[in-house]
Amino acid sequence: MSAPTQAAVTDARAAAAEPVVLLDDVRRVYPGYPPVRALDGVSLRIDPGELVGIVGPSGSGKTTMLNILGTLDRADAGLVRIDGHDVSKLNDRRLSAIRSRRIGFVFQQFFLVPEVSALENVADGLLYTGMRQRQRRARAREMLERVGLADRAHHKPNELSGGQRQRVAVARALVGRPPLLLADEPTGALDSVSGAAVLELLHDLRDTGTTIVIITHDRAVADELPRQVHLLDGKIESDQRSEQT
Amino acid sequence: MNASTPAPSRLLPRDTLRVAFSGLRTRPLRAVLSALGIAVGIAAMVAVLGISASSREQVNEQLRQLGTNLLTVTPGQQLLGGDAKLPEDSVDMVARIGPVRAVSAIGTVADASVYRNQHIPEQQTNGLAVNAARTDLLDTVSGTVASGRWLDDALAAYPTVVLGADAAERLGISQTDGSVQVWLGSEWFTVIGILDPIPLAPELNSSVLIGWRVAEDLLGLDGSPTTIYERSIESAVKDVRAVLPATVNPDAPEEVVVSRPSDALAAQAAANETLTALLLALGGVALLVGGIGVANTMVIAVLERRSAIGLRRALGATRAHIRRQFLGESVLLAGLGGIGGAVLGGIATAAFASSRDWPVALPLWVLGGAAAATIFVGAIAGAYPATRAARMSPTAALSTV
Repeated sequence: MSAPTQAAVTDARAAAAEPVVLLDDVRRVYPGYPPVRALDGVSLRIDPGELVGIVGPSGSGKTTMLNILGTLDRADAGLVRIDGHDVSKLNDRRLSAIRSRRIGFVFQQFFLVPEVSALENVADGLLYTGMRQRQRRARAREMLERVGLADRAHHKPNELSGGQRQRVAVARALVGRPPLLLADEPTGALDSVSGAAVLELLHDLRDTGTTIVIITHDRAVADELPRQVHLLDGKIESDQRSEQT
Repeated sequence: MNASTPAPSRLLPRDTLRVAFSGLRTRPLRAVLSALGIAVGIAAMVAVLGISASSREQVNEQLRQLGTNLLTVTPGQQLLGGDAKLPEDSVDMVARIGPVRAVSAIGTVADASVYRNQHIPEQQTNGLAVNAARTDLLDTVSGTVASGRWLDDALAAYPTVVLGADAAERLGISQTDGSVQVWLGSEWFTVIGILDPIPLAPELNSSVLIGWRVAEDLLGLDGSPTTIYERSIESAVKDVRAVLPATVNPDAPEEVVVSRPSDALAAQAAANETLTALLLALGGVALLVGGIGVANTMVIAVLERRSAIGLRRALGATRAHIRRQFLGESVLLAGLGGIGGAVLGGIATAAFASSRDWPVALPLWVLGGAAAATIFVGAIAGAYPATRAARMSPTAALSTV
């Protein structure tokens, strides 16, 4: 089956005015003595095409937030709607389906498969869509071109620089054209130049209509983003939109 | 919920295989070593079954060649004790049974022994029997001459002797050009031939065979046969067997013993099957140990690849996909071992069979069974690790670096 084009998805979403992310009074508590309230009544709405930074010091609940936005974890209480779906009502298969087709992930540690080429790593982003290998590779090649790594397609991850690796990871996250991209400290393992390049790439991709959520503890990174949600102790401290970007 | 539910995650069967295989590629040495455990077990089982099948095939081939229609008739015990005798005309009586195609006999010369020369002490008989043979004996028992010639009507009247295979060896005689004589009874007999081993009548191998007439003339044979060899139409063997005792000795059929030498060969092949079962069980133990090795490898692989599992879950893999990946990896690992083992077992079978001049027989069901066994072992070994991998929470898997 063919995925709908990016433009069609964006238009449909805008017309329906359905937020990509809708959290309402979300709580996530890790049991223990004392229990850790990782998310303590968080409400958040992110609309299609937004570029949002979720900022906070370590322990503020950022990673829990990412896991819940990415449907990797479930909230203990509150409403979580991702891409229009009430996550609490979906079973493992449905959640996996959302992850495979509607959400792309970028991790601080890249999580590339070391044994295979950049191209295969990017193509793996489509592995669970049931697309044939040849088609996956064609799409991956296209995507590598867009992140500027066409000439590195057959290099293995250990033959690439950190910045290049993260660009491969970004390409893998975006090769399925998901409406939502979640990036967990995407510049955390990179030097400032490579980090800036990756951020610029994410900025560029925003123009195509993908909603991007960047989770970071780095205020300098967050300041570059048009919207910053500050988390502290599992609560939203502030939600700012800057005009200039 | 106004957004349509996205199409479910799918992993094509080919990709499942590819993903499973890529898992093996990450640690090739470990994969090879744990596959080796399976290979040893499968090789042992395939070789045991292959060798036993080859041995059975060898016996069958021999039986096909020799025929299973040979019956032997020997005197049994008299009712009141003492050895019975077969009547002198019994050979002719047997020949008159309808389906009988060939009949012959030997008569053991009771008091005669054979020596290399007359100086050898009398008690050193080498365990060799002196038998008078009818000239049609060789054809009836499907014997062949290794060297020299067989007795014919002319030679049978003179002191000439044909040696059974073992007899020739024990006497140390290999020449059959008429230059060698043996001391038999109190006469010199000229060696004119040496026989090949006769599988259906092994008693002839340790015999020296002389003509019936010369036995009567020089050694005082009384003319009653001690063993009658008879071949009939294959389909009538049972019927012939039933009527033989009464035909041979109408007065005392209970004193006649009929046996079928091919049964002994077949029984020998069957006796090997007990040993085969035992060896097969040993191979099974090796396979079990191999399976434990695979399970161990898989448990470690799951622990090592937590972050990879987390990544795959983030990419959209369902629990079932993860389970299938590791189960596939385990089956593949065992399967590779199985293929290697089948090849090794086949080579062992071929080598063993050819070293004994047996036909190589490796039944398809053995290879099919080996394949099924490896898939089974792989699936069992992989079941627990795969379930563990599938149950792993994606967040926990991703947080371990």
